[in-house]
Amino acid sequence: MLTKSQAKLFFLAGTIIFSVLFLGLSYDTQMNHVANQPYEKTITPAVIAGKHLWEGNNCMGCHTIFGEGAYYAPELTKVIERRGEGYVKGLLMSPTPWGEHTSGRKMVAYGFSEEDAQYLVEYFKWIGTVDLNGFPAKPKYKIEKNN
Amino acid sequence: MKFKTQKIAYWFFLSALGLLALQIIYGFFMGFAHMGMDGLHDFIPFNTARAVHTNLLVFWLLLGFMGSAYYIIPEESQNELYSPKLAYIQLISFLAVGVTAIIAYHFNWWEGRKFLEIPRPLDYLVVVNVLAFLFNILMTLFKGKKQTTTALVLAMGLLFSALLYLPGMIWFDSQTLDSFYRWYVVHLWVEGVWELIMGGILAFLLIKITGVDREVIEKWLYVIVGLTFISGILGTGHHYYYIGAPSYWLWIGGIFSALEPLAFLAMALFALNMYRKGEKKHPNKAALNWTLGAAITSFVGAGLLGAAHTLPNVNLYTHGTLVTAMHAHMAFWGAYAMIVLAIIAYAMPNLTGRKLYDNNLSRYAFWLSNVGMLGMTVAFGVAGVAQVYMERILGVDFMETQKEIEPHFLVLILCATGFTIGITLYIINFLKFGKPTDEALVAE
Repeated sequence: MLTKSQAKLFFLAGTIIFSVLFLGLSYDTQMNHVANQPYEKTITPAVIAGKHLWEGNNCMGCHTIFGEGAYYAPELTKVIERRGEGYVKGLLMSPTPWGEHTSGRKMVAYGFSEEDAQYLVEYFKWIGTVDLNGFPAKPKYKIEKNN
Repeated sequence: MKFKTQKIAYWFFLSALGLLALQIIYGFFMGFAHMGMDGLHDFIPFNTARAVHTNLLVFWLLLGFMGSAYYIIPEESQNELYSPKLAYIQLISFLAVGVTAIIAYHFNWWEGRKFLEIPRPLDYLVVVNVLAFLFNILMTLFKGKKQTTTALVLAMGLLFSALLYLPGMIWFDSQTLDSFYRWYVVHLWVEGVWELIMGGILAFLLIKITGVDREVIEKWLYVIVGLTFISGILGTGHHYYYIGAPSYWLWIGGIFSALEPLAFLAMALFALNMYRKGEKKHPNKAALNWTLGAAITSFVGAGLLGAAHTLPNVNLYTHGTLVTAMHAHMAFWGAYAMIVLAIIAYAMPNLTGRKLYDNNLSRYAFWLSNVGMLGMTVAFGVAGVAQVYMERILGVDFMETQKEIEPHFLVLILCATGFTIGITLYIINFLKFGKPTDEALVAE
């Protein structure tokens, strides 16, 4: 039967081995994989400024990016491809909330300056270029709404 | 209680329950907003409610863990707390930082990264605070007569939690790396070192409640925390599927997260077996219910419901949907909320000398909150699965889909009401105990 010291050894050895493996894989991910992606070299100051705005306004508190965030508002990884630059920019600069005239969900009216809205667009464009192992998956069907 | 300084735990428990109540209120705001009733939008937009809801969860659980440590460590190491004064300073400053952060979220001041929304200057204060806490606990432990496995595992969990907070404070220009290291904190907390804390508290409670020999319980504690790390560390990979990390994470994450329920299964079997084995029938039924409840519910919520959407080809469709909310609610409830409520239920009679544990109030508190949470989980699950089929498979627009699943949020709110009544009863029972007193001191 297993003794307490064997159990302790199991715990310590397991923890150390798997921590070392994990750190090694993290290193490989960052240095050998992510750093070598062509899109990692296209992170311009505008993209970084957009990321600051994205975080500074907690956009993830409603939306998702790379599928991460909250589940209240649409996933934005491919938003430029889906809605076009003009729509996104217009919405970000709008002084009135999205959904204002409905009783339902609304988006905060940020009323960004054109410069800031452009930074966010650049950020979304960059996000759209990242290789995500097939996410978001293309829906299998395309159905239409009956009116 | 056996040591006067254990009384400090009471103030941590009181604060934790206060924040839990506030967390629930913000949860209701979000539930109504999901139902299409976003009336508070101008004052508390969804992203504020969401950040408050999740951060309060983390704050109150951390306060609960700290309170548990202040209760358990003196008793385990047979030593008064190193510095009660530092503990009070640490409690007040922790609350001040937490409340400041919560208020800040209402004024668009945050670092909008899921779960780590605390504005950067406050991050540093959290670090200082946690260092003070750890210093106090470790000094108590190492100046004490004994360093038991239970105490060491608990202290180790707390120490690693503090260390793992740091990778979340590094800025990355790349969203991929930002997300990659954010999970160092979030995943390795909840599916790693927090399980050490949970295991430590669970072992302490089982030793006290079942009367089974400490050596037996602590042996299995090692096995369980060993399984946790063997599966959980590489299990972080399930967050790396779709963020721009290499594709080897798909199979590493897939395999190791499939193993993650084992640790929770072991924990549930362990708790039930120790209970059966125990010859001592402890009179504190409430503590027993919460302890066994935590072990079983964490297996269902964290183990099974986590595994249900963790395989890469399933997660491709469920990633970033309400399916995640389904798993998250029951997992946090079972693994962490219930274990904190268990230690509070165990500690209060000992701190106050009052025996309010075999009463209707505590029974209804347990069953209503658990049945309520189960119903909430089902409502989230139905909404989430419907969302996956409509939006991800049939290609219906996001907002159109959300409109269709609104009725499930009515069910969610009804179940949440039951849950809230349960928690309210728990808090009423807690308050009825009154304040801790030295008269409740008992000799070894």
